[in-house]
Amino acid sequence: MKTAQQIANDVRAGESALVAVEASLAAIKARNEELNVFLYVDEDGARTAAEAVDAKVRRGEDPGLLAGVPIALKDNMCTTGIPTTCSSKILEGWKPPYNATVVDMLAAQGAISMGKTNLDEFAMGSSTENSAFGPTRNPLDPTRVPGGSSGGSAAAVAAEMTPLSLGSDTGGSIRQPAALCGLVGVKPTYGLVSRYGLIAFASSLDQIGPFASTVTDAALLLEAISGHDPMDSTSLPEPAPSLVAHVNDGVAGKRIALVRELVEGADDAVVASVNRAVEVLKDAGATIVELSIPELHLGLSAYYLIAPAEASSNLARYDGVRFGNRIDGDDVTAMMEATRTAGFGAEVKRRIMLGTYALSAGYFDAYYGQALKVRTRMIEAFAAAYQQADMIIGATTPSVAFTFGSKTNDPMAMYLNDVFTIPTNLAGEAALSVPFGTGEADLPIGVQLLGPGRSEARLFAAARVLEIADGR
Amino acid sequence: MSLPNGWEMVIGLEVHTELKTKTKLFCGCANAFGSAPNTQVCPICLGLPGSLPVMNERAVELAMAIGFALNCTIQDSTFHRKNYFYPDMPKDYQISQYDVPINAHGYLTLPDGFRVSIERAHMEEDTGKTTHLGTSGRIHGADRSLVDYNRSGVPLVEIVSGPDIRTSQQARDYVAELRAILIAIGASDGRMEEGSLRVDANVSVRKADAPFGTRCEIKNLNSLRSLQRAIEYEALRQIEVLEDGGKIRQETRHWDEDRGETSTLRVKEEAEDYRYFREPDLVDLAPDQAWRDRVKAGLPRLPAERRGLIESLLGELSDAQRDAVATIVDQGLDEYVLGVADAKGDVSLALARTANEIAANVAGRTNLSVANFVATVAMEQLGQLSATQAKTVLGELLESGGDPAAIAKAKGFEQLSSDTLSVTVGELIEANPDEWQRFKDGDDKLAQFFIGLVMKATKGQANGKAVIAELQSRR
Amino acid sequence: MTEPLSREDVSHVAKLARLRLTEEELVRYTEQLGKILVHAQDLNSLDLAGVAPTAHPFGLVNVVRQDEVHPSIDPAAVLAEAPDAEDGRFAVPRIVGEAP
Ligand SMILES: [Mg+2]
Ligand SMILES: [Zn+2]
Repeated sequence: MKTAQQIANDVRAGESALVAVEASLAAIKARNEELNVFLYVDEDGARTAAEAVDAKVRRGEDPGLLAGVPIALKDNMCTTGIPTTCSSKILEGWKPPYNATVVDMLAAQGAISMGKTNLDEFAMGSSTENSAFGPTRNPLDPTRVPGGSSGGSAAAVAAEMTPLSLGSDTGGSIRQPAALCGLVGVKPTYGLVSRYGLIAFASSLDQIGPFASTVTDAALLLEAISGHDPMDSTSLPEPAPSLVAHVNDGVAGKRIALVRELVEGADDAVVASVNRAVEVLKDAGATIVELSIPELHLGLSAYYLIAPAEASSNLARYDGVRFGNRIDGDDVTAMMEATRTAGFGAEVKRRIMLGTYALSAGYFDAYYGQALKVRTRMIEAFAAAYQQADMIIGATTPSVAFTFGSKTNDPMAMYLNDVFTIPTNLAGEAALSVPFGTGEADLPIGVQLLGPGRSEARLFAAARVLEIADGR
Repeated sequence: MSLPNGWEMVIGLEVHTELKTKTKLFCGCANAFGSAPNTQVCPICLGLPGSLPVMNERAVELAMAIGFALNCTIQDSTFHRKNYFYPDMPKDYQISQYDVPINAHGYLTLPDGFRVSIERAHMEEDTGKTTHLGTSGRIHGADRSLVDYNRSGVPLVEIVSGPDIRTSQQARDYVAELRAILIAIGASDGRMEEGSLRVDANVSVRKADAPFGTRCEIKNLNSLRSLQRAIEYEALRQIEVLEDGGKIRQETRHWDEDRGETSTLRVKEEAEDYRYFREPDLVDLAPDQAWRDRVKAGLPRLPAERRGLIESLLGELSDAQRDAVATIVDQGLDEYVLGVADAKGDVSLALARTANEIAANVAGRTNLSVANFVATVAMEQLGQLSATQAKTVLGELLESGGDPAAIAKAKGFEQLSSDTLSVTVGELIEANPDEWQRFKDGDDKLAQFFIGLVMKATKGQANGKAVIAELQSRR
Repeated sequence: MTEPLSREDVSHVAKLARLRLTEEELVRYTEQLGKILVHAQDLNSLDLAGVAPTAHPFGLVNVVRQDEVHPSIDPAAVLAEAPDAEDGRFAVPRIVGEAP
């Protein structure tokens, strides 16, 4: 499969955008039934958009950074004309009357949306097993999960259905599936990418970000969707950063911290990959320091109070009144209860109840209030670390992709999958996962690079060094 | 009204005012009353998945203006979510200010000098509007309800007074004064009947200087009259319960205007659990000094100051004149009286004409320039128009504009010539010799008798002062 | 360690969240939420006295928009997505109790 950069170049040079679109449609047809990646394939929309790009090229207009590049969208981003479900029965069939800002930005840059991908219901999960429409399979080994919650978007790129996709990352939901599917996945700085039209899970943590098979493609996509959006009050007030131009900047002179808490408890193969990555970066001219940030141990607990608390409120609106599905009842309260009880899956209910409890009178200070203070300490601890280092390196996940059902009975075991990725979301900072080495059954391992807010260019440059060393 | 047996009312008021912005608090939908249902809605004010709020700058400025007008501390503030399920609330939470409101610790001085403390005046969003289908039109007995979200997300400021008010008249004066202030600063149109200004009253009773009793909150007070009646009813109800050895339950009560009574709406068995937490989709407000100064500089004169100014032009005031001053200030008609004062005209006459004629047709003020009002008052003052004629001219000006002298001429309001008047007076003296003799003997009251006759004979075209002059010349 | 939350707590929370639980779910959720809350006790291992809570990752302030009207969406399109509508409005079954 051609990279996004190659496709965009070819289209700009006069090759029809339909070539890439037809290739994408064929790849989707070949494996979608087996893998359950797309919940909705927008064949007609994709062809129409491709023709519009071609027309632009013919007229001599700039067709955009992503001219003719097929892209898959996680089904928690609002799209007009086609359904947006969040992989939930409660939204099944809902057609939003508006587009998410990123959807419009992609179209403006000439990208071709191929459709909507599967996810853990409302982005709550780490395996895409929590979808109301069945799990997505890992294209590299269909007996295993692709990770989650953006498992469908990761699988779309891993199965070469599209060169790019968008996911959302609240506690690792891009980086973890990227690691498990052998892709580059980025959780951008909070506020870099507009959240308008992203169906909220946990508003203060959610961020949209790219999946790609190369570092450059990931940088290209992030550059195309970054920048201030007046529709999102938490959007950073500055224009999109220049990223692609810095991908080959290298790491010479950079200080990189290996943080003990970000490899602790990981499988041996994962630890070995991280250590090897450290050597590669050192050889490329970086200075390596070893650090301990004990506060990171508390990330999981803080996250599993803050995210459900916000979610319990964000998901209140699914009440059967204005949109989505309704189950009738004798009175309005009975209707709302029946609707929500039938419409939400087990994991969503679990988190709504956990969040409701954490916010409720009498427990607020002990749980939610405490978690917000830990969040402050986490931010301070990262800031202190970034006094000594330009970026941090660690593992993305404790292990390679796991098999279906192996963690579904114990929520806590599943949550532990996110232990290395969660701290970045709490701090609102930037991190990415880049494939580096393999582990059990020759499955890919992700190495995580973390940096302060707005450090994406730096992280891409380091990731590119690892990518080259890994022979890609 | 005074309460029996040494009882005293303790009243605190919560006033919700819709802000007079062009758009809603968090989206660009129009903030307008009376449109067809669900025509002023968008993903944001419908709470559709993925939508996000963005703060209306004008709403913040009006909230700050309210703070300045109520002598509040204007502080850096935050927004919270108040979580509860209700079909008129699209997100099933209300975005509201909770522990750190934009305005705190102010006060409002009533016209009689009594000071009511203001605990806070915070920003929040309004809900949609529910219509209950069924015979009663009320929530009870309806089998189905319909929701219109045009009002959802309209900016509100909730102004919470301290429990300082002690009589129903004070409560009324407080709301009237607050309303006048909100109108004066352009924050509100003050329409209680339409619900753009809504008042809830917290009422308890106690024996003088005893600790506060248990309070009940009364809803649905949509006029000053309802407010006063409801408070009086509620205080007497509570006294009756207490004197019978009963206890007051803390509850929310509904005022029924037709029946003239309050009834239980909801008993507060346990505190509601709203699970307040910081709204993650909005950032804090931290207006800098320049922004505050700009808002403060834009504040007009407040009603109390304006009343003081007009009263100072009048000198000693009758109660009726004091009410007239309040009326014209409430309605923002000061400029007419001030215009006459500037022209060194009769201020008390100007006050009467403004409080009666103009106040009766406020909408007509766009047709009536201050200059034309000053000219009309001058004509009346000089005796060129009788009182009745002056009122007619003003009525015409308010209705359709024009030039006062031309209107007077067109209506045939030219004064009777002095010859005609002299002849008429002579005839009437002849016909009423006894009364004329008494007048000649010094009974000045008889002047009014003759003026009445002249007016009748001339169908009101004569000028009273001219008649007196004629009578005096013949005395 | 004692159970951090009881079945009654879970039942109450479900009611607040407008969810109905079967007896079996009640037992399961009580156990699962309990485990998570026990894990959350580690938050108390830090001395957090005097630490300010963080609700937003970055300290942006005064993000406002101009008071300018933008077109609303077509009411027909909005109501078409409604589970039930009548007379240009969203219809719901009878409401028991006034808004708080
Ligand atoms: Mg309120
Ligand atoms: Zn709107």
